[in-house]
Amino acid sequence: MRAKVRAVGAQASGRTRRRTGLVAAGGVLVLAVTAACGSGGGGGTSGSGGFHPVKQTGGTLTVWVDSTRLPAAKLYQRQHPEVKMDIVTYDGDANGSNYLRTKVSLFNRTRKGWPDVVFSSQNNEATWAVQDGFAAPLNKGRIPASTLSGWAKGANAPCTVDGTLYCLRNDLSQAVLWYNEPLMKQWGYQVPRTWEEYQALGEKVATEHPGYLIGSAGDPWTPEVYMWASKCGANQVTGPKAVTVDTSGPNCTRMASLLDTLIKNKSMSLSSVFSSDFDKNKAGKVLMLAGPSWYGGSVFQGTFKTPAHQIAAAPLPQWSGDTAPSTGNVGGGTWLLSAHSANLKAATAFMTWVTTSNDYQGKTAPGYPAFQAAATAWLAQQASSGYYAGDITGTLQTAADQVWDGWGYGQFSQEAVWAATVTPKLTAGRTVTSLLPAWKDAIVNYARADGYKVAR
Amino acid sequence: MTAPSTGASRAAARRTRTPWPGSAGHTFVAAYTVLLVAFGVVPTGYAIYFAFTDNADSFAGLSNFSTAFDDFRFGPAVGHVVLYLAWWLVSLVVFVVGLALLVHRMAMKGLSRLLRFLYYVPGALAGAAGVLVWLFVLDPTVSPVGFLLRALGYHAFGQVIAPGHLPVLFTLIAFWTGAGGWIVVMYGALNNIPADILEAARIDGAGALQTAWRIQIPMLRKWIVYMVILAFAGGTQLFVEPQLLSQASNGVAGRDYSLNQLAYDFAFQNNDVNTAAAVSVELLVVGLVVAGVFVARSGFFDAD
Repeated sequence: MRAKVRAVGAQASGRTRRRTGLVAAGGVLVLAVTAACGSGGGGGTSGSGGFHPVKQTGGTLTVWVDSTRLPAAKLYQRQHPEVKMDIVTYDGDANGSNYLRTKVSLFNRTRKGWPDVVFSSQNNEATWAVQDGFAAPLNKGRIPASTLSGWAKGANAPCTVDGTLYCLRNDLSQAVLWYNEPLMKQWGYQVPRTWEEYQALGEKVATEHPGYLIGSAGDPWTPEVYMWASKCGANQVTGPKAVTVDTSGPNCTRMASLLDTLIKNKSMSLSSVFSSDFDKNKAGKVLMLAGPSWYGGSVFQGTFKTPAHQIAAAPLPQWSGDTAPSTGNVGGGTWLLSAHSANLKAATAFMTWVTTSNDYQGKTAPGYPAFQAAATAWLAQQASSGYYAGDITGTLQTAADQVWDGWGYGQFSQEAVWAATVTPKLTAGRTVTSLLPAWKDAIVNYARADGYKVAR
Repeated sequence: MTAPSTGASRAAARRTRTPWPGSAGHTFVAAYTVLLVAFGVVPTGYAIYFAFTDNADSFAGLSNFSTAFDDFRFGPAVGHVVLYLAWWLVSLVVFVVGLALLVHRMAMKGLSRLLRFLYYVPGALAGAAGVLVWLFVLDPTVSPVGFLLRALGYHAFGQVIAPGHLPVLFTLIAFWTGAGGWIVVMYGALNNIPADILEAARIDGAGALQTAWRIQIPMLRKWIVYMVILAFAGGTQLFVEPQLLSQASNGVAGRDYSLNQLAYDFAFQNNDVNTAAAVSVELLVVGLVVAGVFVARSGFFDAD
């Protein structure tokens, strides 16, 4: 049986005019009227414990994926032709588009239409999906504990609410230090092992090879690479609706001052690695770039088209004297199972396959698999591809276990807060250090708007 | 129905038809009314219902309005929209009237048709597509007028979309996508000014500027008021420009910029449809009040 593939995300843009907001709101209202449902709001199950599946009638398995994960769903359909699948592509909630949440809140009002399984490129979906009654619990009998123990340490932390697992992590995005090995050798530079060495090298590059970059501070995930790795307490999620925000501690200020020094001497870019400016003017001048595991394939190989045998990966620098190595993390998608699914068995089988199988995760997945056995296969695949200048296996594997657990996964997007609050002011010439209080206030505001209790 | 043949019945038919002097008009209006009720009145009514209830459907008084008012994004969003409206309305009135007068004066020189076409072309692009064009125009790296941006000292997209520039940028985009239609409307209105009045002015010694200032603009007044009312309502609902800019810049500029975006965020990010409805009701009230003031003070419905 062939899978039906259609795009729903495409409808989101299109014939929109200034009235879109009101029309969208009006659309919600009309839908709600025609559905004539009783009380609006949450659909179905409550968050904790009492999960009551709907009548299991089977039928078509509806799967929502982004375009990057489309091959995974198609591969499953080819291997399991007996499963009737409806594969729908959407934007994967990329850049915090909120498409999934918007749709689920509409489905909750109309009380139908939920997909059975959804992939999201965001790792914080559980924070609202549990509250909205959309995510079904996955441990406690649905997926065997022996399978669940195969995930990397802490990989499913963003999926866990009050001890119950509500999603499966697709990939890890541990930060490492990518660098151009031939260039480093040619200029006689050592790969820095401490942030102090990193800063010193940046000052050297600025004078000896002006124009070359050792990092970028222009991406929305800048805090997740640098501040997270530096153990800055800006995002200590202490409970399902509680967060402690502190940006004035030494772990934050030391990294802010490092960034300020390197931004000032221009060895650190203020453009996003995905901006046209970076692609055109800076992609050929990257000496080092601190970033997540997917930078190798997605940024260097895919976007910059850096030739083979140049890019290598080293562990992210540490602060000298710090005995517990730490790194940051940028994203890493998740798979959610709908609590409204009438096809839980088939949906669970698909979710287990798509997150653990070597056929997909080990061989064709673009990012570092969160399931350890698949990660081993994936790393072997990367090593045999011959793209990298050295073996990146050890670096990525070690970093996978070093993601600092003091930075949580809240409902509000730290990337969005940084992008709107800090980035424009850096562009205007302010320093990270001077913006730490404003950054904190913005986090506090957005956390409160999502109903978080904030401690400072 | 075929026309009756006798004079008496013809008279009878005329009598029965008098209460409906324009039945075709009513048919058209009826179709419009159905759409207006389905997509205008009912959603508005439902939004008002939402605005005064909580998520358990019980009466909530003004609490949704105070939630919106107390939100940290509300004040800045009001400020953004007011600033944008100031830029947008002033530039719309000045340039649309000015360009329409220019086109009208050129009517005799044959350039007018070409200009009218040029003004209208951007408006023919759908709104969102027009905004997307601007996202490229404003990026110095890929812009066809990148040299202009660089001459002004802007070398990266991030510098162009600095927070202080946004009202002007949104005005530019909105003018480019929306003003062309108004220029054509104003041109049509200028053509309705009787030629003998203009001739009388010329005989009395009025030049182009004096004719425009003393004859044409006063006679365009109602059209200008009409444009301002609609542009004000549209401007307060600013949404597409900041929303697309926000997506294009990965959230660096344009997030939570306007009130409509705030309503959208309340509904879909904070899962609070009631507060979202309260914001939309506020926009409705402001739009109605301003329209009322303009209509009353301009004598919009007075017969000439």
